[in-house]
Amino acid sequence: MNMKLRVWRQSSPDAKGALKEYAATDVSPDMSFLEMLDELNERLMEQGEVAIAFDHDCREGICGSCGVMINGVAHGPMKGTATCQLHMRSFKDGDTIVIEPWRAAAFPVVKDLVVNRGAFDRIIQAGGYVSVATGAAKDANSIPVPKEDSDAAMDAAACIGCGACVAACPNGSASLFTAAKVSHLGLLPQGQPERYRRALKMVAQMDLESFGGCTLFGECMEACPKEISIDFISRMNRDFLVGAATAPMERGGGED
Amino acid sequence: MPLSLDSRMPAGPLADKWDKHRFDMKLVNPANKRKYTVLVVGSGLAGASAAASFSEMGYNVRCYCYQDSPRRAHSIAAQGGINAAKNYQNDGDSIQRLFYDTINGGDFRAREANVYRLAQISVRIIDQCVAQGVPFAREYGGLLANRSFGGAQVSRTFYARGQTGQQLLLGAYQALEKEIAKGGVTMYPRAEMLDLIVVNGRARGIVVRDETTGTIEPHLADAVVLATGGYGNVFYLSTNAKGCNTTAIWRSYKRGAAFANPCYTQIHPTCIPVAGEHQSKLTLMSESLRNDGRVWVPKRTDDIAKAPGSIAESDRDYFLERKYPSFGNLSPRDIASRAAKEVCDEGRGVGPGGRGVYLDFADAINRLGENKIRERYGNLFEMYERITDENPYRVPMRIYPAVHYTMGGLWVDYNLMSTIPGLHVAGEANFSDHGANRLGASALMQGLADGYFVLPNTIGDYLASNKLDPVPVDAPEVRAAVADVQARTNRLLSIKGKRTVASFHRELGKIMWEYCGMARDAAGLSKAIELIPRLREEFWAGVNVPGSGSDLNQTLEYAGRVADFLELGELMCRDALHRNESAGGHFRTEYQTPDGEALRNDDEFAYVAAWEYGGEGAAPILNREPLVFENIKLSQRSYK
Ligand SMILES: Cc1cc2nc3c(=O)[nH]c(=O)nc-3n(C[C@H](O)[C@H](O)[C@H](O)COP(=O)(O)OP(=O)(O)OC[C@H]3O[C@@H](n4cnc5c(N)ncnc54)[C@H](O)[C@@H]3O)c2cc1C
Ligand code: FES
Repeated sequence: MNMKLRVWRQSSPDAKGALKEYAATDVSPDMSFLEMLDELNERLMEQGEVAIAFDHDCREGICGSCGVMINGVAHGPMKGTATCQLHMRSFKDGDTIVIEPWRAAAFPVVKDLVVNRGAFDRIIQAGGYVSVATGAAKDANSIPVPKEDSDAAMDAAACIGCGACVAACPNGSASLFTAAKVSHLGLLPQGQPERYRRALKMVAQMDLESFGGCTLFGECMEACPKEISIDFISRMNRDFLVGAATAPMERGGGED
Repeated sequence: MPLSLDSRMPAGPLADKWDKHRFDMKLVNPANKRKYTVLVVGSGLAGASAAASFSEMGYNVRCYCYQDSPRRAHSIAAQGGINAAKNYQNDGDSIQRLFYDTINGGDFRAREANVYRLAQISVRIIDQCVAQGVPFAREYGGLLANRSFGGAQVSRTFYARGQTGQQLLLGAYQALEKEIAKGGVTMYPRAEMLDLIVVNGRARGIVVRDETTGTIEPHLADAVVLATGGYGNVFYLSTNAKGCNTTAIWRSYKRGAAFANPCYTQIHPTCIPVAGEHQSKLTLMSESLRNDGRVWVPKRTDDIAKAPGSIAESDRDYFLERKYPSFGNLSPRDIASRAAKEVCDEGRGVGPGGRGVYLDFADAINRLGENKIRERYGNLFEMYERITDENPYRVPMRIYPAVHYTMGGLWVDYNLMSTIPGLHVAGEANFSDHGANRLGASALMQGLADGYFVLPNTIGDYLASNKLDPVPVDAPEVRAAVADVQARTNRLLSIKGKRTVASFHRELGKIMWEYCGMARDAAGLSKAIELIPRLREEFWAGVNVPGSGSDLNQTLEYAGRVADFLELGELMCRDALHRNESAGGHFRTEYQTPDGEALRNDDEFAYVAAWEYGGEGAAPILNREPLVFENIKLSQRSYK
């Protein structure tokens, strides 16, 4: 197959970027999307040009490194599929494919298709954990967890932190990402002691970063390669409200 | 002078060694801990768990990873599970049995005391992870579920669907972020360690290149921990993430750390076969699938092109069940991989190029129903279908062995310290616990044991036992290491040759797979030892690295990694050539039993081969650490 590509090139964070046209030739339907970009980069470099920068690592849809807008859709046309798991059989000979980085104020472009997603790490730092120091745990089976709860926690914990939810959201909100972590931990008995305060702090951090507000459009869930449900956002909002109601008490108790 | 390979193995009975050692080690006073700085290179299971634990104890920590976030370390991709001797299933498991299985599975090429400690610690890892909120699979009664993995007859593997590594890593990552928020850890993402700084014979820092700005700077400290993962990508195609590399441990080797058993490579039997020249990596199908999938090929070569469903039961060869009746489809990886290669070599392989065998779930689906299978392996089946466009609920999967894990790594003593004092090595980057073959679900266990429980004890002993004067930033050793990195970077950028980095990497991979892969022999290895230096020369004369060194340049990063692989590959071949025996993943065709199993030579080779850098252009020097077995009798492995 042969395709026309229009790829976002931007040499540095402050440089002005633009879409540049390339031809992708001899594309095999069994190639992954990133392998198609690899081949293009090989040819560009053979001509002495600088390769198109894009993040990737596991190429198994689990590390969350990859992710580009493909014809305006985060991770491209296949539902529940990260960019690295998308294969060229999803396209036809003669197609034009527009490839751009995530577009969100909170994710500044580093170069070409690479963005800075450090804001996600800072949201986790705000409270996305259980405060248990190494060695302080008791026997793993001492607290039974209903299978339904642990399965639901796993559904939320499956988030790979790729940022597609933010890129897909018309407001650039990080609510699905944040809600996934709030719910994962909040659904488990181990996460209860910090549950409401966690929701409060993570949401506060989300607001401090340049993410937009959530108006429950649902675009995030559509784009999510792990198909994480927006029901978790309602859950987060409830925990946030409880947290806000009890916050003065928290303050009285002092910060850690 | 030969290197000192003192394993610092504590005396006394096996079961008491670790406790005794913990008592004998020196402690750092709590108020003094913050005066010490420890660098942790790597944020995978081993690195993240170590960095978080050090910080909880009060040390000053700096942690590095090459990805944009520590959460993306390659550990995230582990699928199947983590072992622990909990015996929750009451099926006869114990610390002793996990110890025995691991030594036996490693074909008697690991240290008894290390492996015993690993088995002891395994139970606490599960406790720790559950407390962090790792959503392991559970039974309806609310207790933890287990599955079986290869090389064991008990069910001791804990799992979180097909995403165990992800959930364990997120647990460790969250602990790390908690400590970053507290100020105990400073995180350096998109940062690459390009050299080790050794001052007065001790590891005192690293040289780091910031991948986004290109800045090259020294980072100084009291101790350094490398947790930089495995080097399977020396084969170009492997199940490892694209960025996995040997740079940190290789550059440390060149600064004096011994490299142990570099030739011990694990080839995993169940991976999706190569689809074409464009292939950039291989995808693992978790070993857990062998709990329910049956491996077979047609009995007759005439049947290989037929639709698998049309081949009668009596015309199928379930070769693992036939050859290894007591372990069957759950035979250890090295054995299962070789068996698959053998039937393909006989012309009975299926799929393109005849390089594939079936992994068939039809029986399990009939017995348990499609839903049960979906619940157990849904995400793996989906991944398979996405890649191959075939539905494994309807037609059997096609699988073939692929490079997966490296048992070799930097030599470490019982304290996980390398031959350079102050340089500690954890996780896949060290050689410690798996001998010549790693059992499934044991890498996650080892990485977390090293990071949560071993290093937090042993690092204090090192710091408390040694007087560590501050190293000035302008010390000659520091300046020299920085200048070396700078010069190397400039050189890569200035060659401006005709060939791409990937073309060299592919060529190296082909040499390694052909001559140092699943089956090796003296003639092939000798040939590889001629070919690799030639390729290396071509690389330094003809590689093309476009772009500059002062911004994000992924080609430059890649070139540095491939340059190191081009040196490591040769050492692997030399190690494989010197080891005139077969053991675990190292199969020398000259040394096999009459029925084709690995034939060890315990009289001559029951040792760890620790290679010492001999200098530019000189041959590496072999040092031997004898392996002494006091608790397990050396025997020929049998899974029949
Ligand atoms: C597909 C797959 C599935 C697997 N499944 C299982 C399983 O089910 N059970 C099991 O027990 N094992 C499994 N394994 C093996 C296991 O995942 C790995 O051995 C283990 O996770 C390695 O952990 P680590 O912490 O040592 O290294 P890694 O997780 O590889 O982390 C390495 C870290 O080092 C950093 N790094 C590397 N080089 C540099 C450098 N030069 N400078 C700065 N940072 C650097 C990286 O950024 C990363 O943070 C699997 C492996 C693969 C490939
Ligand atoms: S590269 Fe890891 S999710 Fe795509």
